[in-house]
Amino acid sequence: MIINHPLLGPRDMAEFVYKGDVCLIDRPDGMQEGIEAFHDYLHLRDNPAGEHRELWYHEQGDRSWLVVTRNTLTHEITDVALARDVARERGRTR
Amino acid sequence: MHYSAFRIFKEAMTGNRGWKPAWRDPDPKSEYDIIVVGGGGHGLSTAYYLAKEFGQTNVAVLEKGWIGSGNVGRNTTIIRSNYLLEGNQPFYELSMKMWENLEQDLNYNAMVSQRGILNLIHNDPQRDAYARRGNAMRLSGADAELLDREAVRRMCPFLDFENARFPIQGALWQPRAGTVRHDAVAWGYARGADSRGVDIIQNCEVTGFRIENGRCLGVETTRGAIRAKKVAVCVAGSSSRVMAQAGMRLPIESHVLQAFVSEGLKPIIPGVITFGAGHFYVSQSDKGGLVFGGDIDAYNTYAQRGGLPVVEDVCEGGMALMPMIGRARLLRMWGGLIDMSMDGSPFIDRTDIDGLYFNGGWCYGGFKATPASGYCYAHLVATDRPHPTAAAYRLDRFLRGAPIDEKGQGAQPNLH
Repeated sequence: MIINHPLLGPRDMAEFVYKGDVCLIDRPDGMQEGIEAFHDYLHLRDNPAGEHRELWYHEQGDRSWLVVTRNTLTHEITDVALARDVARERGRTR
Repeated sequence: MHYSAFRIFKEAMTGNRGWKPAWRDPDPKSEYDIIVVGGGGHGLSTAYYLAKEFGQTNVAVLEKGWIGSGNVGRNTTIIRSNYLLEGNQPFYELSMKMWENLEQDLNYNAMVSQRGILNLIHNDPQRDAYARRGNAMRLSGADAELLDREAVRRMCPFLDFENARFPIQGALWQPRAGTVRHDAVAWGYARGADSRGVDIIQNCEVTGFRIENGRCLGVETTRGAIRAKKVAVCVAGSSSRVMAQAGMRLPIESHVLQAFVSEGLKPIIPGVITFGAGHFYVSQSDKGGLVFGGDIDAYNTYAQRGGLPVVEDVCEGGMALMPMIGRARLLRMWGGLIDMSMDGSPFIDRTDIDGLYFNGGWCYGGFKATPASGYCYAHLVATDRPHPTAAAYRLDRFLRGAPIDEKGQGAQPNLH
């Protein structure tokens, strides 16, 4: 697979490390949420067959975190964004 | 029909006209006591033990494709019971004991071959870890022996003992481990279940569950609705997709594990060998092909095929361990979908929905567990109590702070 990095252009997936579902950005607030919320955040996944938004880390490159939108049935990548921008859109400060 | 040498002789004398299909091809009835969803190794063995050990014969196995078309025919056929943790090792040793008696039990030749497994040691900390693991194995009643370098050399002189980075210092040896003809496991269990009255229904995909007032009353399928008192799901690789139809989210990601076979070679590798400094394991089939594999591709997928970076990584591991295979040509490679769980260990448990049971999360190690998984799952479904060796495989173990994490990687499925 080739990941089209927003800053660096097309890069081989071997340069990246895979983290998992993009929902890992939405960490619950430790002062507000209970243990169930943290259990669900840390352990439960939708694991869809089809479009999947997921975190990749460009370890052998510029060390940026990316949100890749990829089809888990065909491996087709339809969108790549910087995780920082996605996190801000979702209300995180950084 | 009982299979025996006499039967082969008799059939040879009578033009082989007496052989019958090994299982029926029935249409689904409108209701069963128990429906097993998934006609793979675990589903078929579950149905077999439900009928044989727990007297449940009004049972159907529903399979989307044909039986044995999934992971039971896609693995690298290794059986072993060399785990470390209390929640795992007694279960896998039960499975090993069941493998040892499987063919007599099923009256079916599954080519169970206890040729042993060598887990190679390359440094001192690894020797300490394997000594501890070997002790844990022996405490569960399994066999384990710590070999020094010369003992390994006598067994496998072709390994690269003097490798500058990863010299071989010894091995943990389990003589009772080995390989099994994997398709024959599916066929043997199917034949055994069928002969006890279980309906094996192929080309029948489950498309939904009928759930009313928190109770599962049956399934919707591509061949119509079927009612059941109990529904036992057993579809590792696709667990999240199927259980989503019951509104459940699981602590599982689907990944792909690749396997490889070389062209047929003369007998060279006596048992199963695992490289301790990279991820590579190899055995040799009775046809002569080297059967080997390594890491998972490490990203979510349902595609049943892997990528070339892992092919390269696996072959590098093989070359580091035994440079002699460099001239062997790769004959075939393929991928199988696996449930990677959050701690690398499986689930055999009830769900919050009455009458709905779940078996999955087998990661890359489901094949060796086939007999014990079926037996323990049948025990749970029939009696509503977990079998003692599988009592730790609960879905709520993360919430209780009781994961079974052999590698200590935490909730990162692609690292287990």
